[in-house]
Amino acid sequence: MFSAVVRLSASGVRALARTRPGYTAPLACRCYSHAKAETDEEFDARWVTYFSKPDIDAWELRKGMNTLIGYDLVPEPKILDSALRACRRLNDLASAIRILEAVKDKSGPHKEIYPYVIQELQPTLKELGISTPEELGIDKV
Amino acid sequence: MIHALPIQRHVGNLLRTKADIFNNLNKMLTSRALIRGLRPSLWRSLSSTSALQGAHAKAVDALDASVPQYNNCVGIPLPDIPFVRVPSAEQKKLKEKEKGPWSSLSKEEKLSLYRMSFELTYPEMRQGSGEWKTVVAGVLFFLGLSGLLVWWQRIYVYGDVPHTLSKEWVEQQTQRMIDMRINPVEGFASKWDYEKKQWK
Repeated sequence: MFSAVVRLSASGVRALARTRPGYTAPLACRCYSHAKAETDEEFDARWVTYFSKPDIDAWELRKGMNTLIGYDLVPEPKILDSALRACRRLNDLASAIRILEAVKDKSGPHKEIYPYVIQELQPTLKELGISTPEELGIDKV
Repeated sequence: MIHALPIQRHVGNLLRTKADIFNNLNKMLTSRALIRGLRPSLWRSLSSTSALQGAHAKAVDALDASVPQYNNCVGIPLPDIPFVRVPSAEQKKLKEKEKGPWSSLSKEEKLSLYRMSFELTYPEMRQGSGEWKTVVAGVLFFLGLSGLLVWWQRIYVYGDVPHTLSKEWVEQQTQRMIDMRINPVEGFASKWDYEKKQWK
């Protein structure tokens, strides 16, 4: 993305240099990036792929999860499904439960998101034997 | 000619006083009260007692920032290291069981595994404390105490006010001001009705 900006500004300079006096000067060149913005589906697919790595290691899981939670969004159930399966491959139940907690916390005031996510993840939770924080009683202090 | 002896004696006294000051300072610096103050604060000792089950290799006070640390942070769901760094034999057995199907784990075991990795749950992290009540109480208390001190001071420390503030003097003063027509246009004397001999 950054290299595109540099290229654009370089071409802008050349265009101005070619302008002859007497002609109207070209409009100020806005240096918006010409890169395509990533769509939601592409974003989701990228993250699903990240967590689907068969030999993902614990660090990558932690890094991925912490980065994902850092974004200004609640991850789609399919990304979370991929992450939970990564936890299973790493034999890490605690992280799986933590991910669910983090999703609920990330929803903030939008209380309807978490139940929806859990509903979507029910088959996976059953299959992997992951208990939700509610089932373990840690959703209350 | 100045006698050397008195000067010597004087200088000697000075040195002795300096030595005394130094000794006293030394005693103060090594006094128990100061040591207690310099020792890690009460909060840290409280936190370390509550985290007894977290097997910290080092004391809480000496935070080693060169190795990965555990932290409770809502923005970092998966900290760098698990909370329990040195699992007991029982915990090790549980970790082995974790490698099998998770549906075979009981609720207590799952909870135990969670607590091994994480000290606080999200609701626990988000929990507020009642500290604000202590703070407000402290503020009001000390305000009240200051008020009492000021009151005591007013009664026992301050002398009498000047006699020119006594009732008789002020009456005479006011009468004089009226007679002199102080600020007759818009001020003092303008408020006095000279015909009716009363305030307007």
